[in-house]
Amino acid sequence: MNNCKMILAGFGGQGILFAGKMLVYAAMLKGKKLSWLPSYGPEMRGGTANCHVIIDDEAIGSPIVTHPNVLIAMNQPSLDKFENEVEKDGVIFVDKSLIERKVTRTDIKTVYVDATEIADKMGMKKLANMVMLGAVLKETGLFDADEMAQTIKESLPEKKQHLAESNVSAVMAGFNI
Amino acid sequence: MGEVVLMKGNEAIAEAAIRSGCKHFFGYPITPQTELSAYMAKKLPKIGGTFLQAESEIAAVNMLYGAASAGVRAMTSSSSPGISLKSEGISYIAAGDLPCVIVNIMRGGPGLGGIQAAQSDYFQATKGGGHGDYHLIVLAPNSIQEMVCLTAEGFNISEEYRIPVMLLGDGTLGQMMEPVDLEQIPEPVFAEKPWAANGTQGKRKPNVIKTLELAPDELENSVWERERKYSIVKEKLQKYDAHDIEDADIIISSYGITSRVVETAVKMLRNEGVKVGVIRPITLWPFPEKIYKQVNPKAFLSVEMSTGQMVEDIKLACECKSPVYFFGRTGGIIPTPNEIVDKVHEIMKEVM
Repeated sequence: MNNCKMILAGFGGQGILFAGKMLVYAAMLKGKKLSWLPSYGPEMRGGTANCHVIIDDEAIGSPIVTHPNVLIAMNQPSLDKFENEVEKDGVIFVDKSLIERKVTRTDIKTVYVDATEIADKMGMKKLANMVMLGAVLKETGLFDADEMAQTIKESLPEKKQHLAESNVSAVMAGFNI
Repeated sequence: MGEVVLMKGNEAIAEAAIRSGCKHFFGYPITPQTELSAYMAKKLPKIGGTFLQAESEIAAVNMLYGAASAGVRAMTSSSSPGISLKSEGISYIAAGDLPCVIVNIMRGGPGLGGIQAAQSDYFQATKGGGHGDYHLIVLAPNSIQEMVCLTAEGFNISEEYRIPVMLLGDGTLGQMMEPVDLEQIPEPVFAEKPWAANGTQGKRKPNVIKTLELAPDELENSVWERERKYSIVKEKLQKYDAHDIEDADIIISSYGITSRVVETAVKMLRNEGVKVGVIRPITLWPFPEKIYKQVNPKAFLSVEMSTGQMVEDIKLACECKSPVYFFGRTGGIIPTPNEIVDKVHEIMKEVM
């Protein structure tokens, strides 16, 4: 997969918007066309958050993704909300540490990732988003792990550079499941 | 490509303003525009500028009035309900013939409405939210790249004509991120400002900027003089983007984020063999009337995130030579490409 129309969704505070930002940043470094559109609302940590990511070779029309070909669901309300919107033959990534039910669609591919548990075991509970991102890269081939590592390092501002290493290792953990 | 960065629309406007020489910003927070103020708060003090969070929108716009009177590049930004509050001050700034840029990142109304993106302030922006015979020059970008370029152009145009400029965006454009090439921002062109109330240093008579004129004949004169300036702007400043209009049976018009959705719909329709074209107004005032007189589709369609506020301008511009249809969503809902495709099919049945 070179291009995508993706919805990333979960709780506020899970780093959903950040994971999406890393994807579009990687796309920008490759000279691709892209858009990143966050949900915004009165919600704070614990509420719902999602973002729409489009990566393409041609100029992007609407930045709104109504029917994604990739869905990342980091909590059950997100899976409930978006499962039926996914395009036929699309992929749904499910954080199985947090979502108990199975995906019911049979015309799409589902990848179950123990993202939160893996991050937790590494002592980096807040980096489940990056573990998931690693798994997404592995499955879709959108970017390779090195490209993502470079993206993380380049995109973080100076005073957050000390977080680059843990973010990269979380991506690697997801990539190498 | 020059200096390409990934930026949110709101932040990109602020960065473009700073690069255009805007050193004074007066604001009051409101979703979905707040990142613009926050960016200014962070950056302006570092370059010797002034960021001031006022006690209200009304205070902020009057501070803008003061800064613009002194001849410096200044900006305020808000979202729909905040712009309503600022409208009195905007009328004063227009009456004072003062240059400045006012940003409206629109959300759903009327009243407090909601916080999701809308385009229901078209009338307010183009027909005057405040009182009196005045106009703003209204610029409507549809991408973050265009947002930064029009911000810079806005300052230049505003100084050239001494007319306040409104940059009209919406919550989606304000919140989304796209790559921006900051080197494409037009250079600032600073106009001479012999009128500015910026201190006489004992060398000249004081400049007075006021909007009260109790003698009706003098007030009438000044209003007509401003009107003459507006007719020059109407003649010279109509900006639009158009494609596939030569063979089009239906020409779709939309602006801002809606025009992006329309582009996706147009691609789908062209693939089906439906002859649709696009005229996208970039200046909403002056409305790009001329291009509508040069085309002859079987119908026009206006797509908006309002209940159809632009329809009358299209009817006036095309002199009703073809029917003008409308499709829109409002209240914070963005139309989908499929909805637009369905509407075009429906129109085709009526006009073909």
